[in-house]
Amino acid sequence: MEFLLQPLTLLTFFPLFGVLVILFMNSEAKNAIRWTAMAASLLTFGISLWVLSQFNASNPDLQLEAKYPWINVAGWNIYYYLAVDGLSILLVLLTAFLTPISILSTWTAVEDRVKDFMIFFLLLEVGMMGVFLAQDLFLFYIFWEFTLVPMYFLIGLWGGPRRVYAAVKFFLYTMAGSILMLVAILFLGIKADTFNVPTLLARLPDLYATSITPQIQMLLFIAFTAAFAIKVPMWPLHSWLPDAHVEAPTAGSVILAGVLLKMGTYGFLRFNIPLFPDATVQAAPWIALLATIGIIYGAAVSYAQADVKKLVAYSSVSHLGFVMLGMFALNAQGVSGAILQMINHGLSTGALFLLIGMVYEQTHTREIKVYGGLWKVMPVFGTVMLISSLSSMGLPGLNGFVGEFTILLGAFGAGVDGVFTSFGGVWWAGISAVGVIMAAVYILYMFQKMFLGPAGEVTHHHELKDLNWREILTVAPLLIFMFWIGLYPAPFFNLIAPAVEKLLIGY
Amino acid sequence: MTQNDFYTILPLTILTVWACLLLVVDLFIPKNSKGFTAFLSALGLTAALGYTLLFRNYESTGFNNMVVADGFSTFVNLLLLVSGLFGVALAYGYIKRAGIERGEYYILMLFSVAGMMLMAQASDLIIVFLALEWLSIPLYVLAAFARPNLQSEEAGVKYFLLGAFSTGFVVYGTALIYGATGTTSLGGIFYTASNQTPGLLLTIGAALLLVGFAFKVAAVPFHMWTPDVYQGSPTAVTAFMSSGAKIAGFAALLRVFATAFPAISADMTPVLWVLAALTMVVGNITAISQTNIKRMLAYSSIAHAGYILMAFVPYGNKEVLPVSVAAGLFYLASYAVTNFGAWAVVISLEKAEGRGLEISDFAGLAKKYPALAIAMTAFMLSLIGFPPTLGLVGKFYLFRAVIAGGYSGLAVIGVVTSLVSAYYYLRVVVNMYMREGDPSTESEMWLGFTTIITAVATVALSFIPQWMFAAAGAAVLRLF
Repeated sequence: MEFLLQPLTLLTFFPLFGVLVILFMNSEAKNAIRWTAMAASLLTFGISLWVLSQFNASNPDLQLEAKYPWINVAGWNIYYYLAVDGLSILLVLLTAFLTPISILSTWTAVEDRVKDFMIFFLLLEVGMMGVFLAQDLFLFYIFWEFTLVPMYFLIGLWGGPRRVYAAVKFFLYTMAGSILMLVAILFLGIKADTFNVPTLLARLPDLYATSITPQIQMLLFIAFTAAFAIKVPMWPLHSWLPDAHVEAPTAGSVILAGVLLKMGTYGFLRFNIPLFPDATVQAAPWIALLATIGIIYGAAVSYAQADVKKLVAYSSVSHLGFVMLGMFALNAQGVSGAILQMINHGLSTGALFLLIGMVYEQTHTREIKVYGGLWKVMPVFGTVMLISSLSSMGLPGLNGFVGEFTILLGAFGAGVDGVFTSFGGVWWAGISAVGVIMAAVYILYMFQKMFLGPAGEVTHHHELKDLNWREILTVAPLLIFMFWIGLYPAPFFNLIAPAVEKLLIGY
Repeated sequence: MTQNDFYTILPLTILTVWACLLLVVDLFIPKNSKGFTAFLSALGLTAALGYTLLFRNYESTGFNNMVVADGFSTFVNLLLLVSGLFGVALAYGYIKRAGIERGEYYILMLFSVAGMMLMAQASDLIIVFLALEWLSIPLYVLAAFARPNLQSEEAGVKYFLLGAFSTGFVVYGTALIYGATGTTSLGGIFYTASNQTPGLLLTIGAALLLVGFAFKVAAVPFHMWTPDVYQGSPTAVTAFMSSGAKIAGFAALLRVFATAFPAISADMTPVLWVLAALTMVVGNITAISQTNIKRMLAYSSIAHAGYILMAFVPYGNKEVLPVSVAAGLFYLASYAVTNFGAWAVVISLEKAEGRGLEISDFAGLAKKYPALAIAMTAFMLSLIGFPPTLGLVGKFYLFRAVIAGGYSGLAVIGVVTSLVSAYYYLRVVVNMYMREGDPSTESEMWLGFTTIITAVATVALSFIPQWMFAAAGAAVLRLF
């Protein structure tokens, strides 16, 4: 009983309750199933708030630990070990926050096999929570791989016309990265005789002094990077993302962009940076190079898209480039900006995917050029879309600006007297700043084509209805946070700051 | 024969005597109720299983060190007996449906299991040879059991010819080893080889033994027979063969190499390395192009032989050996469970005259039979090595042993080929869930029972692998 009542255990596995209840429901009782899933995810969100209230922001260490020996025979030291700290608390909250919103968005969009959909969705939430909370490499790997399974089905069963291709590509791509990480995890586990991350951190300095050479450290770093960089996705490993996004159902896209991609950036933060300090410093400018290419490339390709969902998908490549750049600046501004930007991207891109999904439900097309003059017929929709777009492109006063600005500050700092000085220097920040302008171009271009000007083909022929109360309720929470973070980010930074400071002690 | 000799081989004696009795009893069981023979066979297997479990800590050697009972053989015997039970459960409805219900099916299986158990206990090359024949001959007959079905007859003949051929290698290898060391006892070979510089003769002998066993466990390049035999044999036989024969083959290989040949590990390790890598690569890549589920699972079984072979590579390293033995056994166990489950699902879909065996015949299974589709998904994920299944835990254990032995490169080949395997295993899932179709299945109690047990075990044991780890860790080889 004590095991179950740990806040983090409860937070991770509570959605399973929902799954269990739904399993025994009649698959024809679609609304009842939706409400059950909604209730389960809302309660999970409630638990996450409880966790937040228990969380001591001034403490930089892992908190609320749930730690039990799991497999402890024949030289195995595997723990069931969940804990949260400033690096993960916001992502945990984001996961719990976006899941009910996504479920709400499926109310009318998903009519086929509602039961299975909700089961997979709640299972996905379990996996994501576990990824952000696990502090044992074995446990982490299990959760990490497990998230693939429900997402694979979400894309493959409820996706668009090329869903099977997209689902398999998503699965194989992501797995390709994680298997190399598996080898690295095993190697570390054998060398340090533990899979427990804090213990590993304590033992690694000695190992680096004796048995693990810098070359091996670099190989380990690369193996972990392979897993995380594909997930982020960093250029040039991003090609699975547009396919997955375009084919995924709306709720899947929201979670994919909002949370699943963050698992990659979080992985860098939790594992690469603390575990492999020397390799991190060495690799930082190169990561910055890839991140900068990603920023510019993502923005340029976004501009060229005819499909609005694809446009937002490629914009993710650009935005996550910023996150990577900030993180590998390895200074306080850069890293805290990166963490905040993970949240921001989840909010604004999540909102954009939701909104696109809402209009798609009515028109069944996502081609930009067939729209036009939408604002006139759907004023509420237009306003919400405008705010989300502005948030995504980083307008001051909204959340995106705070994140990108802090990241660029950090990147400039690292270019002047930090890790970037060895290669590239301030150029990384300088070129990336152009990406901000490019974001304005493709976002405003999309907005103008779809919402302003003369009524397009679709706008003409469809009786388009503006957002209903449910749809407004779906996006409203996201808008609130866009303004909140944009106008008063201090409480969010306060949650992150001590942990970031601790993370950067060695740098 | 002393009392000690008697107890050492008691479990397999129970099985053999029981099978002999059944040969007579079966004559009096009417043709339309051969299910009773199945029941009696299961009873015999259960008795042997119970005895082995009860005396699982019994260790001894018998017949002048020619057979041995130790932690290793106990674990393998348990695995074989459980496989035998699954084999009976799968056959019960299947052979009735296929019109080949004859009592000797079960009796042959019992004999084969007994042979396999002797194989796991063999501590002398002569016994190894004896056990190899003992387990194989019933299998040849079983492969051709669906006569006059041409495919089945072909499978039987092919299996027999190649089996006999490979046995030749074993015999010749044994002869050379005898020439080099003057003994066929594993302990004797070990002493002689470690007290003098091992000559070329011993190495060649060991290599020939390896070839013989590589045939049995279907390692590349000695795997050619596998797809044809697996496809042609009655599916229930294939299921039993692909688990049982593999377990026995690997058990003998592991014991022979670890106890008798540590002295020549410098020569054999590179060979094993290449054999494992080749098996994983060829097995997985060839599986991609298969459209028939039986052939796909055959190549999958080849690929898994490659994974298990990885556990052999560090066999000369005394520190890693216990870990790699345990890892190999754990992997065999998890593979057996998953494999039986997958074959059970295949049998559910199989129609008369070998129809219903294409992967495309799985289309639409999830809509019509959701439980069956979930079970098959669990098996496929487990074969890939994906959470939350036993396959992942097994791979984790195995790769850890390989890396601990210092063969990270081989581990990388292992994980990359797992990625390749994800492609073809997922195709089954894609068909079940994402394609439209109208499959029909045979529902039968023991078949469903096997499916449920294996599916639950595949998933649940991945959460509580502790005791299986402990059991595999306790399966220590008796070294000299």
